[in-house]
Amino acid sequence: MFEALTQKLEGIFKELRRRGKLTPADVDAVMREVRLALLEADVHYSVVKDFIARVRERAIGHEVSRALNPAQQVIKIVHEELIATLGEPERLNLSGLKPRVIMLVGLQGSGKTTAAAKLAAQLRSQGERVMLVAADPYRPAAIKQLQTLGERVGVPVFYEAGVKPPQLVARAYEQAQKGGITVLIIDTAGRSQLDEALMDELRAIIQKVTPNETLLVVDAMIGQEALNIASGFQQAIPLTGLMFTKMDGDARGGAAISIRAVTGVPIKYLGTGESLEALEAFDPRRLASRILGMGDVIGLIERAEAAYSEQEAQKQAERMLAGQFTLEDFAQQLRQIRKMGPLHQILEMLPGGMGQMARAISPEEAERNLKITEAIINSMTKEERLHPEILNASRRRRIARGSGTDVQDVNRVLKQFRDAQRLFKTLQKTGGRGLSRLLG
Amino acid sequence: MIDLINKWKQGLERTRKATFGRLAAMLGVSEIDTDTWEDLEALLLQADLGVETSQQIIESLRQRVHQQGLTRTSELQQALKEELLKRLDEPPPINLEMHQPAVILIVGVNGSGKTTTIAKLAYWFKRQNKKVLLVAADTFRAAAVDQLQVWAERLDLPIVAGQPNADPGAVAYDGIQAALARKADVALVDTAGRLHTRYNLMEELKKVHRVVGKALPGAPHAVWLVLDATTGQNALQQARAFKDAVNVNGIILAKLDSSARGGMAFAIQRTLGIPILFVGLGEKPEDLEIFNPEAFVQGILEG
Repeated sequence: MFEALTQKLEGIFKELRRRGKLTPADVDAVMREVRLALLEADVHYSVVKDFIARVRERAIGHEVSRALNPAQQVIKIVHEELIATLGEPERLNLSGLKPRVIMLVGLQGSGKTTAAAKLAAQLRSQGERVMLVAADPYRPAAIKQLQTLGERVGVPVFYEAGVKPPQLVARAYEQAQKGGITVLIIDTAGRSQLDEALMDELRAIIQKVTPNETLLVVDAMIGQEALNIASGFQQAIPLTGLMFTKMDGDARGGAAISIRAVTGVPIKYLGTGESLEALEAFDPRRLASRILGMGDVIGLIERAEAAYSEQEAQKQAERMLAGQFTLEDFAQQLRQIRKMGPLHQILEMLPGGMGQMARAISPEEAERNLKITEAIINSMTKEERLHPEILNASRRRRIARGSGTDVQDVNRVLKQFRDAQRLFKTLQKTGGRGLSRLLG
Repeated sequence: MIDLINKWKQGLERTRKATFGRLAAMLGVSEIDTDTWEDLEALLLQADLGVETSQQIIESLRQRVHQQGLTRTSELQQALKEELLKRLDEPPPINLEMHQPAVILIVGVNGSGKTTTIAKLAYWFKRQNKKVLLVAADTFRAAAVDQLQVWAERLDLPIVAGQPNADPGAVAYDGIQAALARKADVALVDTAGRLHTRYNLMEELKKVHRVVGKALPGAPHAVWLVLDATTGQNALQQARAFKDAVNVNGIILAKLDSSARGGMAFAIQRTLGIPILFVGLGEKPEDLEIFNPEAFVQGILEG
């Protein structure tokens, strides 16, 4: 789906480039595609309509900057407007009297209980003394689920059988006060915004303890209903923030736009995986790219930056461009890739055609290949790594034995290395333009 | 039939009031004009039918309006209903009697409603005097096994449950052995929720599927995907990935009461040809109905 949009837009952009100037008709052609992209990303119909109208107006009157072609200009405006709609990332408000109360609300199955545990783990690691409150007596074993997760992250879980949620929360608050707890996280039952009785219950909880934060937890895969859910919750109780879960899937997450637009409440967190550390701050640029279907290039760059030592990279780049890329450098690069995180996560972040290709690769297979390659290179002497041309049959056999592989594997790695070497030589000639095309 | 539609109506009532009340007014009396088409598109898109399906439906309607000379929106409403119905299959009868036990594997993404749906299915089979056995093979999510155990107790059904973090394949195997020994009619196997993009977890699910086949040749006799009805366009990707992995042959639309949408059912039927078998309309064990295209479409159209 991403690829389709990118291709379509590129087609239109080419046309725009040819004409060199933005007319209303040009902008409309782009906007038709943007509209479809947003609808396919599950942005609400009415929100899309407003958005398109706003951007169209801005784009048509816009001066085309010297640095950009008209096509880039339009997509820049669209991207900027999306970022503006998504708003700035905001941190939790943890000011005021202790314990501060954070309440999580949302539909059934949106991921509240897991989110509560993730939040508890994160706040605990920041030095807070956290207590969880299991305020979902309805779903079978919801209490047990939170208790198990609480144990896993080392945070106490408050629960008293037979006590209604508002009273339960009040008692938890009292105990937290006495016990020097600094943050109280309330996991509430999943409910529809149309369920009056359960919405009353939320109001009753708020009356007992005034939460610092009331976060609406939303499944990133949600469709058009997101708008009604968000406005329903907001009409019933004062929301202070949003948390989108299951962002590690392949949903575009357009609901974020809808909900932001209708509630005006900031997005505070994204849930990005099954592990209890998988809770991320939200970055409007990355989310906007994802909704538009541009891949998570920025995220990818950030990871690469974090894993890369600037100096080392500089040295390598120089050697590469001088045509002196050795197996030693090759091994170094493999280690850096591994430092970026599990391969499957990296592959998923790739944009466009590369992302499509990456999804067809088995991450396990790739991970295994990576390991084999590393083992083979590690079984070489320094001399061999610097001068692979000395690798005769007997040396290759020794390396295969040393790395627990076959000679064929050794040959494959050497071939890959020569391919890489050739690629760098090409890059040297084209001055790096080839690579940027590969990533675009 | 009337009763059934009434039951759906009750389930959908709250949402109807909130969302679709305006449709009656919209498609009431006036004559067809540009606004009508735009309103129609809005209606279909907002019911999560997606761009492609919505455009196809509108295109067919335009042709009908042209060919049949329809001028009033009331005529259009009837035509719309027909177009929508045309795109939904009647669910095939649930016919698993020839297998004993009939093994049904329940799969889906996290939070779609698998465990609750299994409880409802168990109750549905039980009411038909079938001997049901539950198999709790979601050993990953904290307390998922306990959740199904609570349901087993409430419904007075036997259950084979795995230890936390036990191998789900092994639990499924034990479950089927137990079903054979107890001469159960139906064994419902609950699996851990997993995002369809997680390669390893999908591989694990394939393994569970294979192990089930080893425990009882021919099993599983059905693999049903539980879809949250509030899911948007991603539902199609989910269905496709699960179908590729474990050959899903039926879909259960859960939580339809909280949204009255589930418009992705159309695209799933068209693209993948997987029939919708049941819909979930509430949190009680009896809140499960055989999918009824008429009632489903009615729910979307009627204010």
